[in-house]
Amino acid sequence: MMALAPANAVVIGAGAGGGVVAKQLAAAGMRVVLLERGRWYSAADCRKDDLYNQRTQVLGARFGPDEERDPRVALDGEGREMVVRPSEGGYSNNAACVGGGTFSYGAMAWRFQEKDFRMRTTYGAVEGSTLDDWPIGYSDLEPFYEKAEWELGVSGDVSNDPFKAPRGRGLPMPPLPPAKEHQVLETAARRLGLHPFHIPMLRNTVPYNGRPACMRCRWCVGFACELSARTGTHNTVIPAALSTGNCELRTGCMTKEILLDAQGRATGVAYFDANGRLQEQPAGLVIVCAGAIESARLLLNTKHKLFPTGLGNRYDWVGRNLQSHSYSGATGLFDFETYDDLGPGASIAICDYNHGNPGLAGGAMLANEFIRLPYQFMGQVPPWIPRWGAEHKEFVRHAYRRTIQVQGPVQEMPLFDARMQLDPRVKDYWGIPVARLSGGRHPHTIEIGRFIAGKAEAWLKAAGAVQTWKRAPGNSLSGGQHQAGTCRMGSDPKTSVVDRDCRIHDVDNVYVIDASVHPTNGGFNPVLTIFANAYRAAGILAKRVRA
Amino acid sequence: MTVSNTSLRRRTFLGVGLAAAGSTLSCAPVPSGGVWRFFTPIQARTVDAICAQIIPADQDPGAREAGAVHFIDLQLSKRFKRHRAAYLRGIAWVNNASSSRFGKPFAELAGEQQIEILNLTEEKEPAFFELVLAHTRQGFYGDPRHGGNRNRASWKMLGLPYPPVRGREHYKV
Repeated sequence: MMALAPANAVVIGAGAGGGVVAKQLAAAGMRVVLLERGRWYSAADCRKDDLYNQRTQVLGARFGPDEERDPRVALDGEGREMVVRPSEGGYSNNAACVGGGTFSYGAMAWRFQEKDFRMRTTYGAVEGSTLDDWPIGYSDLEPFYEKAEWELGVSGDVSNDPFKAPRGRGLPMPPLPPAKEHQVLETAARRLGLHPFHIPMLRNTVPYNGRPACMRCRWCVGFACELSARTGTHNTVIPAALSTGNCELRTGCMTKEILLDAQGRATGVAYFDANGRLQEQPAGLVIVCAGAIESARLLLNTKHKLFPTGLGNRYDWVGRNLQSHSYSGATGLFDFETYDDLGPGASIAICDYNHGNPGLAGGAMLANEFIRLPYQFMGQVPPWIPRWGAEHKEFVRHAYRRTIQVQGPVQEMPLFDARMQLDPRVKDYWGIPVARLSGGRHPHTIEIGRFIAGKAEAWLKAAGAVQTWKRAPGNSLSGGQHQAGTCRMGSDPKTSVVDRDCRIHDVDNVYVIDASVHPTNGGFNPVLTIFANAYRAAGILAKRVRA
Repeated sequence: MTVSNTSLRRRTFLGVGLAAAGSTLSCAPVPSGGVWRFFTPIQARTVDAICAQIIPADQDPGAREAGAVHFIDLQLSKRFKRHRAAYLRGIAWVNNASSSRFGKPFAELAGEQQIEILNLTEEKEPAFFELVLAHTRQGFYGDPRHGGNRNRASWKMLGLPYPPVRGREHYKV
């Protein structure tokens, strides 16, 4: 094995968290190696293919993980286990590429609200749930939310959102002009006494940071952006990290384990390079940013005599509290055309139901859905329409251009038994034990979901929908793109994995900086919170190294 | 809608469909003459008949006219290899059920008989039915480059503007 030059820090995963961390540390003068198991796609990889993309995944997950190399094991409600591929249900996929989920996501750029960091204080204990406060508050993240909004670039207009937490500055770009759905829903929301506004988005609406404005095509969520108008770490902080000259990005590299010395301190990582060769990268700091399932998997695959059940897992918290969002909402059928073929589609939101819902411990933001392709519309056909035959076709033909979907990411009640473990038998292409996913959803999450679906339906009815039908969560395990919670941030080492600085309690030079550390995941898309926390944690880290 | 009405409309359409097929044969992604990658011609005929009931022709082409069976056949030779066994078993099951109930293979049954057999399949062989239902939808509503949705039949039906990328037409960058 060739000895690689030591780095100050090795960052595992070039997604939302890893991209920001790599750039901040490289800019602070540290030598950084950024390892990514996927590829670096470009705007030229933006093939408009409704069956082969990151959203529908009919013919595979376009931006990874690899269909053949990266299986997982999923247990259903009855405890039956299945080996699943990335494009199959139960896998809990998030893209594996430079940019991670941010390469092909919808790009909503939400700040959490103050109460989202104090769920336990706000609502008290919820039976059967590990619901807790974050060890940091909104005010700790506020300056870093602002940094993310301006450095990466967020458009929208939240000035009309009366529920937003205090903020020091507005957004750097205006929203896109409202499309048909926006106009229909805005009028109705005001009539209901709700407070609609323009969704903040990591999407250029005017030229910004050297990239052009959105051209409003219909190939948005799940696709590469051919203009690079949509913003992720792949077209912002990662190029910036590389341009410092201090960061080296290595793609196609699968990290096997964190290397520890006799005292249990990290000395680097072992990884398989793009040619399948095992390499050792010595580093003073190891920063795990692989997403909630893969970050926890790497810790559990790091065995040591001091940590026989995995690094950071002394009290059996690694991999637990796997959560995401329980999307709930409704679709409305209108007697006029609502489809105007203008992307990205999602544009209008309300935060009237995030908190303060009687008898409920939380809620969700509600927004109209992204623009849909014909095959995706299959999922929106109401349950009373036969699933095949003349009537189904007739409905699709009639309704495709006459529907609006409103939904929201319901904040979930974390469950100790919703978890990833290592599978005792199944290994990936490199021989590394794979993630084994099990558990379900808390009944109160489902209850909140039903409430939110009812509010979405009421909004659509007020907008003139002639028929409406609801979508509420079932009790299956939650995960996927918004996966979070598996390496909880907390003050007590007995009930969390990392401290408030995102450092593993057990070891002073291993950090986890991604949504794994979220104790709860807000009633919002989580990416801006991942960014903000990464800026915050990287700043603390850089200061600590300098001292 | 009554059954007789449906079949009348379908018969009316078929004439139109044949004429249209003649003019578009040259640009079809997969030869419609029967170069099957996975199915035998008889299996293809069964699946084609299933597709034609799942999304029937009416004033617009259905899954048969859009070549959904070509999408399925093509994908069974690559991305859907893992579903091959399920198709072979499912096709045999459908034809056996058709023979024992009506004395003919599925493709030769009348429309109402085919619907009866498919209802039975949905109930007795749900795994296969879900598969062929999903694949027929994909082969009808999905991108033509994968072997189905010939001549962008479903996209035309939905009035979806073409070419698929037209952002710049709406919004001057």
